[in-house]
Amino acid sequence: MTYIRTVLHIIALPLILLAIWFVTTLGETSFFVPTPQVLVETFTETWTSERFVSDVFPSLGRLMIGIALSILIGIVGGLLIGSFRWLRALLEPTLEFFRAIPPPVLIPVIMLLIGIGDEMKVSVIVLGAVWPILLNTIEGVRSMDEVLADTSRTYGMNKINSIRYLILPSAMPQIMAGIRQSLSIALILMVISEMFASTEGLGFAIVQFQRSFAIPEMWSGIVLLGLLGVVLSFIFQLAERWILGWYHGLREIEQAA
Amino acid sequence: MTSEHSQPTNKVISQSSVQDTPDGRIPVGKTMPGEQPMLSVQNLKKVYHTDGGDIEAVRNLTFDLPKGQLACLVGPSGSGKTTLLKCISGLMAPTEGEVTLHGEKVTGPPKSMAVVFQEYGRSLFPWLRVAENVELPLKNQGMDKTARREVVAEALEAVGLSHVPKSYPWQLSGGMQQRVAIARAVAYKPEVLLMDEPFAAVDAQTRADLEDLVRGIWKKLGVSVLFVTHDIDESVYLGERVIILSSSPTIIQEDLLVDLPDERDQLETRSSQRFSELRHHVYEQIQLAKKGFRPEDAVANANA
Repeated sequence: MTYIRTVLHIIALPLILLAIWFVTTLGETSFFVPTPQVLVETFTETWTSERFVSDVFPSLGRLMIGIALSILIGIVGGLLIGSFRWLRALLEPTLEFFRAIPPPVLIPVIMLLIGIGDEMKVSVIVLGAVWPILLNTIEGVRSMDEVLADTSRTYGMNKINSIRYLILPSAMPQIMAGIRQSLSIALILMVISEMFASTEGLGFAIVQFQRSFAIPEMWSGIVLLGLLGVVLSFIFQLAERWILGWYHGLREIEQAA
Repeated sequence: MTSEHSQPTNKVISQSSVQDTPDGRIPVGKTMPGEQPMLSVQNLKKVYHTDGGDIEAVRNLTFDLPKGQLACLVGPSGSGKTTLLKCISGLMAPTEGEVTLHGEKVTGPPKSMAVVFQEYGRSLFPWLRVAENVELPLKNQGMDKTARREVVAEALEAVGLSHVPKSYPWQLSGGMQQRVAIARAVAYKPEVLLMDEPFAAVDAQTRADLEDLVRGIWKKLGVSVLFVTHDIDESVYLGERVIILSSSPTIIQEDLLVDLPDERDQLETRSSQRFSELRHHVYEQIQLAKKGFRPEDAVANANA
């Protein structure tokens, strides 16, 4: 029963929106607004053929590499910066500066420096998506519980075990919050990076459709992006439930008390 | 009530003596010249440097803890008990003086020492299960897996928690969580066990059980225990010796021998004549300390 209710909650709003769309486009002749039926047809036609391999695949690849690199750099950098007070004092003002620069404006510079290939696109994704993870990791490391740190010291925990069993898990709730923010930033930057000097990719395809007045195709690309965001967030939630199970349990008990 | 205020039939036995220290002639706890004590605290001083000026938390503490003894440190709140414990455990460097373990100066947390903190909820790893919490220090020492499993099972058995190895600590009651922390310390097989007000945050009934648990483990393992508490009854019930601390800046007010029978019982011991005499004495001393009585003044007056 609860299962059915959950499913209903998930699909209720999309169904209503679809219905509104269907009704409002009945007898609609506007070139720019396709009906749901047309869009579904175009969607399957456009994205199940060779476009999936030539555009979606490379995009997804770059997105995944970008996210993985952001997580790796963000966590390793955050652990280092969070662990050493002097390093933090040295880097934090500069980090604020770089963080404030919107990555899209750096695309021309990066294109000059490292060309227009995949490296450029992945760099753009990382340059934007790394910040929430990096800053949250620093904050997570800094907010370590003192008693827990003392406990580890009295048991003579070595560096590697401290990181593995103390620092990393203790910062994990904040790290996951950072990763969640980074996912949407990465998706946006994936699209933007493909709008410059590209020959393939989702962003490239959408812009090309638009310029060639293939309006239903353009819409279908946008829908695909939205679906991609949903899938990403779903995967994230599964991972979070697995990694932070202890944290949610602890919070539930604290709130019940 | 009247019995508590009657004259003691036996005088309480003070083990403290007055000695010349860098901080003047003051009482010091029992020391063991000649023989090697397990743990020795000498002229320990701790001053915190803050923006608002220096705060002298501990002025001068000297006492020895012999092998296998269970001593309680009791003092009024804010008497620098936790500061002292942090210095002894090597978590904090004293401003002056030193702590030695087997004659070696303590500069960081020593291998043969385990600490049980008051805040059990913050001292157990919430992301590890009960058995994993107990196991972690052993894993860190490089003990192999089968040996580890055995030691963990034994330790959990000793504290009566063999039925919940797979639970997370936060799923257990406060008393049970503190048992996990004790099991972790027991599994580590320390020579000295430091306990910082471990039962301050659990209810009275659980506390009685835990007190008996500590006595039991102490006897079984032959470990030296330094038990910090603000609870006077607890200090007399548990200890072979009660070290009474003055108010801050802390020095030793008195070092008392607890000559209660070795077998202690929550009902019988606590209702015995001797228990209330000792309790009475410690209570008076703590009250004195709270009112700002300074042992060094008393020493000076006695000499004048």
